Amino acid sequence: MPAKLILRDQEYEVREGMTIRHAIQKCGINLQSVLATRDGELVSEEEFLKEGDVIKLVAVISGG
Amino acid sequence: MRCRKCDHKAVINMRQHKLALCKEHFPQWVMEQTERFIRKYRMFERHERLLVAVSGGKDSLSLWDILWRLGYQADGVYIGLGIDGGISYSDTSQRLTEQFAAQRGLQLHVVDIQEEYGSTIPQIANLTYRGQGKPCSVCGLTKRHVMNRVAHQGAYDVLVTGHNLDDEAAMLLGNTLTWNAGYLLRQAPVLPALQGMARKAKPLCRFYEREMAAYALVSGIEYIYDECPHAAGTKSIYYKGLLNQLEEERPGAKLSFYLSFLQAKENGLFNEVFSTGGEADDLTGAGGVAMHPCPTCGQPTTTPAECAFCRMMAKVTR
Repeated sequence: MPAKLILRDQEYEVREGMTIRHAIQKCGINLQSVLATRDGELVSEEEFLKEGDVIKLVAVISGG
Repeated sequence: MRCRKCDHKAVINMRQHKLALCKEHFPQWVMEQTERFIRKYRMFERHERLLVAVSGGKDSLSLWDILWRLGYQADGVYIGLGIDGGISYSDTSQRLTEQFAAQRGLQLHVVDIQEEYGSTIPQIANLTYRGQGKPCSVCGLTKRHVMNRVAHQGAYDVLVTGHNLDDEAAMLLGNTLTWNAGYLLRQAPVLPALQGMARKAKPLCRFYEREMAAYALVSGIEYIYDECPHAAGTKSIYYKGLLNQLEEERPGAKLSFYLSFLQAKENGLFNEVFSTGGEADDLTGAGGVAMHPCPTCGQPTTTPAECAFCRMMAKVTR
């Protein structure tokens, strides 16, 4: 079972074994614009994805 | 990746500082750095009364939390803008701000724009030339006016805002692309008080937006995740996106852009711009820009007549 990244209502399936940073980049998301969380806890983007991982990305950019 | 300070698992890696920290040491580091910036830029002292402009977002609530934990006398002001956008944006942000203040026993001033002026921000935007297609301009002008007024009326020494480095760098990029010398000169971590206007300070001006969101998450601060419905497509978000592309390739680029600007200003880069500027009045803004009290509201303005806010509101209430 692959890992999953979720940003707002978008879901991205990614391979386990790569870092969260790498997965975010693969999905075309700028790392500077998000934070990664697992079960509501902040996790470093340098962590490796495990099988079945669900990483929720929190958008951090605001403005206007 | 391990925490630099204790070897526990890191929750954030700040590549621009080559620093990874765990969930215990990261908020501690943010607080230490905030204190350092407050002192470095001589923003305020512990005996002074602060008014924090709070929106219910991550930056302002985190700032209020940090100042409270550091032992500063900090009250808050929340401005109800009347923005719904199908997500009850203003209602939710007010609820979260009130909840935050109540949990910590902090004093919060609430100003409802519709109650005070008869119209919400989207309504004012529809009624004015300034607001056509850009409600953010009306919103910014109104918020600045109300924050200054509450700070002045409450005799606060300093009005403190939660602008982070991404906000500052985006503003700097925008003003540099148009070489707006007046705005460039007024952009600073702290602006001195003027007659009728409290000193202004931005203690978070050297933290990345990402770091402030991380502080809020790690500290369990409940903030409004939704973006303001009017913010999509704004220039500031566009500039932030451009700067983040640069940051991805060159960690520290945003910080360097902002800090080099501050250094250049300190070295006198813009001094000549204003050496032939307008005549000085009894009120003098940053860089010697002449300011005058608005005949209607009394707040300092660069125009000799009514300030931009009073001119705008005259059209709304006419």
